Amino acid sequence: MKACEALIIGGSAGSLDVLLKVLPGLSAALSFPIIIVVHRKHGADSLLPELLSGRTSLIVKEIDEKEPILAGTIYVAPSDYHTLIEKDKSFSLDYSEKINYSRPAIDATFQTAAEVYRTKLVCLLLSGSNSDGVNGLISVKAWGGITAIQDPATAQVSYMPQQAAIHAKIDYTLRIEDMTEFINLLS
Amino acid sequence: MSQELSVITDEQVEILLADLLEHYGYDFTGYSKASIKRRILRLYSLDKQVSFAEFRYTINNDTAYFKRFVEQITVNVTEMFRDPGFFKTLRDVVLPKLGTYPFIRIWLAGCSTGEEAYSISIILKELNLLHKSLIYATDLNPVVLEKAAQGMFAMSQMKQYSENYILSGGAKDFSSYYTANYSLAKFSEDLKSRLIFSTHNLVSDHSFNEFQLILCRNVLIYFDRDLQHKVLNLFDESLEGLGYLALGSKETLDFSPLSKNYKRVPAEKIWRKVG
Repeated sequence: MKACEALIIGGSAGSLDVLLKVLPGLSAALSFPIIIVVHRKHGADSLLPELLSGRTSLIVKEIDEKEPILAGTIYVAPSDYHTLIEKDKSFSLDYSEKINYSRPAIDATFQTAAEVYRTKLVCLLLSGSNSDGVNGLISVKAWGGITAIQDPATAQVSYMPQQAAIHAKIDYTLRIEDMTEFINLLS
Repeated sequence: MSQELSVITDEQVEILLADLLEHYGYDFTGYSKASIKRRILRLYSLDKQVSFAEFRYTINNDTAYFKRFVEQITVNVTEMFRDPGFFKTLRDVVLPKLGTYPFIRIWLAGCSTGEEAYSISIILKELNLLHKSLIYATDLNPVVLEKAAQGMFAMSQMKQYSENYILSGGAKDFSSYYTANYSLAKFSEDLKSRLIFSTHNLVSDHSFNEFQLILCRNVLIYFDRDLQHKVLNLFDESLEGLGYLALGSKETLDFSPLSKNYKRVPAEKIWRKVG
């Protein structure tokens, strides 16, 4: 596999459980950043990074605007803003219209990252009840990146990964128990 | 936006931004690129443009389309009492302090369609301060200011706004502030009486008054660091001693050399000028 420069994980309903299972086994020396974009209620901001940080020795932090993206860090997209990836590999936040009824929209992060990281981007779409992330995966593929989804059979809500499997070209379909190893091997 | 590969390249974005500066005097070159490119791509596909050359030609030669372009590439998403905790702090901490002044001048920069301006007006009214306040609500975009001046917002939003209002410490019946007009809620004239809507471009225009409170929420996120510093300096020049500067929930004064002259109001993105 080509060297991974960034892994972005998108998820909605039913994805938190997956993250909580996958994070504990991650290698402490990841050579790339992990960017997590999950739909959640506005206002529950500080809770998610804290929750995830209890499951891993990697640094977990909520994204600050204009922050440079560093390897070995797990970034959590703030609620109610879209997270965009700039060409200089920094984040910018955006408070524009919701996409797929969602802000943050997984599509917005996948699509802007696709152009920046191109063949060195891996995007993983987890459980969820809408089709946010599907257009993003199509862009990722078009720019030469790698696409992965949670095996819909293992998803609490299978709609999101299923839609991705129908509309985008998917390189890997992963069961929850295989995700940690998949991520560690990207290093 | 379902285009698989971007139909507009980064270089073409630069060309458009250079055109806007040269032909119309609008300077977007200090804006964050990812966001502005997304907005341009969105408009391109929304308007079913067929080629970059034609798109560029239309922007440069059709004034009406140029207006639409500026309206669409700037983000005008806003709501009333957005982040209720923020408005609660304005109500409980900031405005009562300013209430001891004989006259209160407020600048709401980047007011978009006016939802925040009317929110502040409501709080001032409830604190019995509206009669001695003036709120200058500015935006670079004349189209949104026209809408703001009408004071009419979608009826479908009122349930959400009413909830925000209550969470921000509002105790009245929110619906007493507007009359339902088919699908629109028209806000009462007295809320408008102390609002002045006017164009102001944060990138190119100067300070125009001194204020005790400046609000500029979710505008700086679209600017690069240099432009952020420049605009924060403009706010500093426009703020009286002991005045307050309020930013959006993800924006900060921390990286600015100005921060040493300011003291943060706990838990909110509000700073008081103490230096």
